[in-house]
Amino acid sequence: MFTAGAESLIKQAREIQDEDLQKFYTRVSKLLHGKDFGNETVDSLQRLYLIVSATKYSRALPEDVLQLLQDLLCSSKTAEQFQALSCAILRETFPCDLRNLSDEEGNSKTMSHVAEVTLAQGSNKDKVSSVAHRVLKCLEARQPEGQSSRYLLPVLSKVISLSPDSLTEDQINLVSRKLVDWLRYASIQQGVQLSSGGFFTSPRTRQPGPITEVDGAVAADFFTVLSLGQSYTEDQWMNMHAFSMIRKWLLCYSTDGNGNGDTDDKSEVDGSVMSMVSATSTSSRLLPPKERLREKAFEYCHRLIEQSDRKALKKSDAELQKACLIEAVTVMDIICREDPSFVYRAFACVKALYGRLSGDLAFSRALLPIAQFYLNHSETAAVDSEAVYRQLFTRIPSELFQEPMLAFEFTQFCRVNVKVLRESVGIFKHSFPNLFKPLAWNSPALISEYVELLPSLIGPDTAIEILHSLLDLPCLTAALDIQLRSASSQPSERVPLDPSVKVSSSMEAFRHPYYRGMFLYILRDEAGTGDTIDRLSVLHEVLADMADSPRIVQCAQTTPILLQVFFNEAAQFADEKLINQLVLVILERSSLLYDIPNYKREVQRVFSSQLLVLCKLHPSLIVEQCKELMEFSGTTGNIQSKENFYTHVVWAIGEYLSVSYDKRCTVEQITAFFETLEAVLFEITQVRLSASIPTYSPRVITMLLTTLSKLASRSQDLIPRVSLFLSKMRSFARSPAVSSWYSEEDIEEIHTRASELINLLKLPSVAQFVLAPSTEGTSPRWHRDTNTSLPLAMRAISKVLQRDSSFSPG
Amino acid sequence: MVHSFLIHTLCPGSAGSASVCRVLYSRAFYSEPLVQLPAGLVPGAERLLQKEQVAVVARQVKSACTLSRQAAGKHSPESCPPPSDEAAAVQEADCGMFRLGAGEPFQGEKTVLWLGVLSLGFSLVCEPHENLLLAESSLRTLTQHCLDHLRLLGPPGTDVLLKADRIEALLDRFLPHGQLLFANHRFIHSLDKELAASMAK
Repeated sequence: MFTAGAESLIKQAREIQDEDLQKFYTRVSKLLHGKDFGNETVDSLQRLYLIVSATKYSRALPEDVLQLLQDLLCSSKTAEQFQALSCAILRETFPCDLRNLSDEEGNSKTMSHVAEVTLAQGSNKDKVSSVAHRVLKCLEARQPEGQSSRYLLPVLSKVISLSPDSLTEDQINLVSRKLVDWLRYASIQQGVQLSSGGFFTSPRTRQPGPITEVDGAVAADFFTVLSLGQSYTEDQWMNMHAFSMIRKWLLCYSTDGNGNGDTDDKSEVDGSVMSMVSATSTSSRLLPPKERLREKAFEYCHRLIEQSDRKALKKSDAELQKACLIEAVTVMDIICREDPSFVYRAFACVKALYGRLSGDLAFSRALLPIAQFYLNHSETAAVDSEAVYRQLFTRIPSELFQEPMLAFEFTQFCRVNVKVLRESVGIFKHSFPNLFKPLAWNSPALISEYVELLPSLIGPDTAIEILHSLLDLPCLTAALDIQLRSASSQPSERVPLDPSVKVSSSMEAFRHPYYRGMFLYILRDEAGTGDTIDRLSVLHEVLADMADSPRIVQCAQTTPILLQVFFNEAAQFADEKLINQLVLVILERSSLLYDIPNYKREVQRVFSSQLLVLCKLHPSLIVEQCKELMEFSGTTGNIQSKENFYTHVVWAIGEYLSVSYDKRCTVEQITAFFETLEAVLFEITQVRLSASIPTYSPRVITMLLTTLSKLASRSQDLIPRVSLFLSKMRSFARSPAVSSWYSEEDIEEIHTRASELINLLKLPSVAQFVLAPSTEGTSPRWHRDTNTSLPLAMRAISKVLQRDSSFSPG
Repeated sequence: MVHSFLIHTLCPGSAGSASVCRVLYSRAFYSEPLVQLPAGLVPGAERLLQKEQVAVVARQVKSACTLSRQAAGKHSPESCPPPSDEAAAVQEADCGMFRLGAGEPFQGEKTVLWLGVLSLGFSLVCEPHENLLLAESSLRTLTQHCLDHLRLLGPPGTDVLLKADRIEALLDRFLPHGQLLFANHRFIHSLDKELAASMAK
């Protein structure tokens, strides 16, 4: 589609030399001066457009060319092609000194082009106001033959969204009146077809018939955008344009002070319960223009909702019906927000609509504005909205997660309304397993939405289950994929398998009774049936054949981000009990993860940093979880599979296992940990003759050494043992076998660390100070007290260490 | 109200550098009113900002489309059989939506809808609370017309660059000043007839 030819054209346009450019300008100028505009002129203007638009730096056109283009733009006799080209070129060359573009009065098409160029020069208030005034003048004036006002409404719409204040109160009322006319009183006869003078035209065939509905029936009531005709009259075009901008208009010019007081509200609302649509419409002639417009817009929306029930003959009309439903409900919502007296009438309509649509998944996108309406107004009208929310949070995410547009809109709905949903909609908080389904399916598109949405889903009672669900998000992706493929497969392939059959693929596992329960758990709709399942590792194994599927890999790449968000949020409110639970989950799941390349490593990285955060929040957790931590740190296999995480755990033990953090810390505990870690260190530093190169980094060794020394400094009976070990480590570092394992610097590092620790442990009180500083170390007293001040201590220590650096081993 | 419409390349075509995302056509329907650029900048600064913003959107659409195609397991467009006609091309196109937060790169929040047809992307940048279903159908209509009038499905040409007046005419009718229209098939038919008449001249 895009070729070398096109590529070089862009390059040429960007790199055209000044000389050539000036020649080209002269040529254009000559062509435009001429009377007839032929193919050559078109060609040159097209190239001129490319030249000015291909580069991001503005090109200054010469004065005469600019003037010629402006004249071309403003003249009503110019052919459309030239008007379009000159408009485009002028737009691209801003800023340029546009002399007041004069426009011929009444020519709306030209006016529209001129407005475009003016507004492209920047949307400051003066420009916008001047455009607004010209548009309104044009609208008020009678259009000459062949001209249509329909080009003006889009300009007006743009103007009010850029600067609503640019219209005066009178102008607003004027436009409101016109909008009422166009919306409600457009003709219901078809327009006269502008035939190009056919051979067989006779008065009979040219007789316009009535407008029809989308299903072919004759129009039942006034004209709307869902009315069909062979050709349309001017006011029918205005009807379509008016509806296209009505939402914007109502939002810009909501009347203030309507139903503000509570008591006024109630009386208005009660009164309208009795009123019927037709009764209000006849009396509405007495209403001021804005209120009348609101009334008519409401009627229009009501009619659209009725019209959407018809079965459209053309597919594009069916799509339009859905779009109209969404717009109609949204506009009703806006009207009800401005004037609560409409709420009862609106609810009658919206409730009936919901009843019609709720079973039909094809109309799911229309369910969102309906739900929004319920959220905004169900309290006012005392209407029960449980069913709507249930449909929204159970059916849509679980059955339509693969629709990208619906998933996005659904997520937006949740994100925008999350506060209200969390507080007043019970089902929302516990439907997070369902809410994760669109995310699992389409992570790259939705991740930024969920980063904002996730914190509001996390609460003390749901945190653990959410954590497990997040860790298994790629499994959810896999399960959803299998579910979809299974649904579209042959019925014979969906039969449950015999329990004795061994499965060879994840698809088969989906049908196998042994695995079925696990899949059902992963695909559950609601929370509360358990934080996780026992045989998770079995599930991970059976899904292994999907681990390199692109969708799952994409999900695995986004999950660590969500984990980070989770922990940030959980840290804000977690109490001690929850922190302990989180640490247990971290320890347990660090090895229990779906085996996708890089996934384990990234998750473990998050775990490492978050473990330290949790320890800082609640240091006693080391003591409270000492059994699990000991088991974890004593398993040498953990070093191979998750070295980084292991190092962090060991550091945390060394840092926080002390009486100063938790009074319950006993000497036995310290000794027990010491022995565990000592055993591990011993094992990994065995110099075996036939040993293969170890797969762990020297950092593990130094971390273990430091931690052992820290523990020893707190229970000083252990000091002789650790000193012995340290000197063994020094000789270990110097042994010839080890020098082939590690680099020179690493060996030096191990050796230095061991030496420093030995020297430090020779002075137990200093060692205690350095290796296990009390938590009061940050208080100012440490700096002021001459005996215990930190700078003094540091000077002492560095002297100690430097003096003994040349100490010979032995 | 639609903020802008762009046509840009998506993936390495048969020419051009692999990672460059070229914006072939862009039209901004309005510039954000509150952008207060610091004084003392060169006069073309606002336009430069606009072009850069458009380029950012194009790049994001490109990566969104690539990821979406990857996840769906689709092969590169070159190896796919070409679609039979414009309507089928639009039907089979990849599509998606994402949100641009305030400041990234537009001043206000925006929603981007995109369609990926083979190696070209068609994107609409909309205001946040837009009727997105209507925007989607408008984008599909626009795309189909672009494919048709710029002959994008046939042998490769340079129409998309040189025949910008056709795109302008299309946008003037189907998306005037960025206004999304609730046009049923008869209204669209009338617009098509007008378009054909003006292009024939």
